[in-house]
Amino acid sequence: MSEQSSDPAGNGGRVILDGPAIERAIRRIAHEIVERSESLGELVLLAIPAGGVPLGKRLQAYIREVSGVEVPLGKLDITLYRDDVATAGASSNMSASHMPFDITDKRVILVDDVLFTGRTTRAALDAVVDFGRPRSIQLAVLVDRGHRELPIKVDFVGKNVPTARRDDVRVEFSQDGGNEFVLVREGEGDPCAS
Amino acid sequence: MRLVSKDLLGIEKLTREEIELILETAQKLHEIHSRDIKKVPTLRGKTVVNLFFEGSTRTRTSFEIAAKRLSADTINFSASSSSLSKSETLIDTARSIGAMLPDVIVVRHNQAGTPEMLSRMVKSSVVNAGDGAHEHPSQALLDLLTVKEKKGRFEGLKVAIVGDIAASRVARSNIYGFTKMGAEVRVAGPPTMLPPHIEQLGCKAYTNVREAVVDADVIMMLRIQMERHSKLLFPSIREYSRLYCLTPEILDLAKENAVIMHPGPINRDVEISSEIADGPYSVILEQVTNGVAVRMAILYLLAGQRSN
Repeated sequence: MSEQSSDPAGNGGRVILDGPAIERAIRRIAHEIVERSESLGELVLLAIPAGGVPLGKRLQAYIREVSGVEVPLGKLDITLYRDDVATAGASSNMSASHMPFDITDKRVILVDDVLFTGRTTRAALDAVVDFGRPRSIQLAVLVDRGHRELPIKVDFVGKNVPTARRDDVRVEFSQDGGNEFVLVREGEGDPCAS
Repeated sequence: MRLVSKDLLGIEKLTREEIELILETAQKLHEIHSRDIKKVPTLRGKTVVNLFFEGSTRTRTSFEIAAKRLSADTINFSASSSSLSKSETLIDTARSIGAMLPDVIVVRHNQAGTPEMLSRMVKSSVVNAGDGAHEHPSQALLDLLTVKEKKGRFEGLKVAIVGDIAASRVARSNIYGFTKMGAEVRVAGPPTMLPPHIEQLGCKAYTNVREAVVDADVIMMLRIQMERHSKLLFPSIREYSRLYCLTPEILDLAKENAVIMHPGPINRDVEISSEIADGPYSVILEQVTNGVAVRMAILYLLAGQRSN
């Protein structure tokens, strides 16, 4: 491994997915979504900020490449649905949800970069039903790092990565073709973050 | 980033960064109003007490809607139906309410400084919803949000505030707010309604409304607060209206696309002509809508503070 790919951010940690591997993983998820969907016309992607948004855009583009169908892509912010506002406090990382379509009777796929405790997904499930009653909700993530605290399973996954609970997993998507990677850093992570 | 203080007592004590945090949070919360289900669970289990010792329609309703859209429990308390009419002192009333451990107390009182006194006596976050002629921070924040949406910036804007400056807490909070954000603030009114040394707050003062309005990007008209004045400040309403009412002719002196604001309640054809209040440049009702978003942001940021 080159020096750059072993430490692209310059702060330690090991790269578990590099640029080409991320590309392959997202394309594979897109293919699986198309294969496993009877009718793409009922499908909508809901990306969870911040990490899910660039992933959602790429999935939408690859699904269009594979099937010719433009699947609607929305943004679902879950900050106001978190279960730790009382203990962890208000967050200024909130972003507005953007859902310019009705999700009632649609097949929703939630899109996030990393699946960890499952608490973000739980909050997302609460948030989705405030917008309508979809026919089904599935979950697509780039990295499943384990350590679930809730009975939540993933439907489409790019890579399963064994981690320690305290590890920090960082996904950096490229903007304009720059360097992108998934990095695991040992030990310093906030065990509550999902 | 978080708000530094547990309370929101006035714009004077906020930094520019804190103002920006509140406005950005409000803009993000705006989206909730367009949903079918206008409610999110984030402040579930938090209690907000509205403690209004002075009349209010807009502000109290706005705080209550804001709290309910965030799933907080709200309790309304107004002076007329309270123990104050059984001659309990304000301090004892405040101690009792504080002892019920609400998370946020929203207070309005006709004496300046009441919210600050209250904030020292209770652990709850205290939000000033208007104290005497001192400050009305949530009003200034919703005015700032409205101007931000309409103009996209504050730097270099000319803001004219016209009317009963002396009695107006809205004017004071807005002078602090707009000057902190880099706008130029002018105030105008009859000499009896201009407090001495108002320029020390960083604004320019005029007795001629026409001079104040020239080239203005924002014009904010204020109601004459008869209830706060004990003596006669001008010969007649008609004369005041002839000199200070915002008419199409005066509006012509301002910049094209100037924004017309009013904190309400409006007295039609006294400080603002109906034609303008209902006209295309008026953002009076948008101010009210933004008020709910701003108050949601205030409650979210204060009640969501990490409790030590």
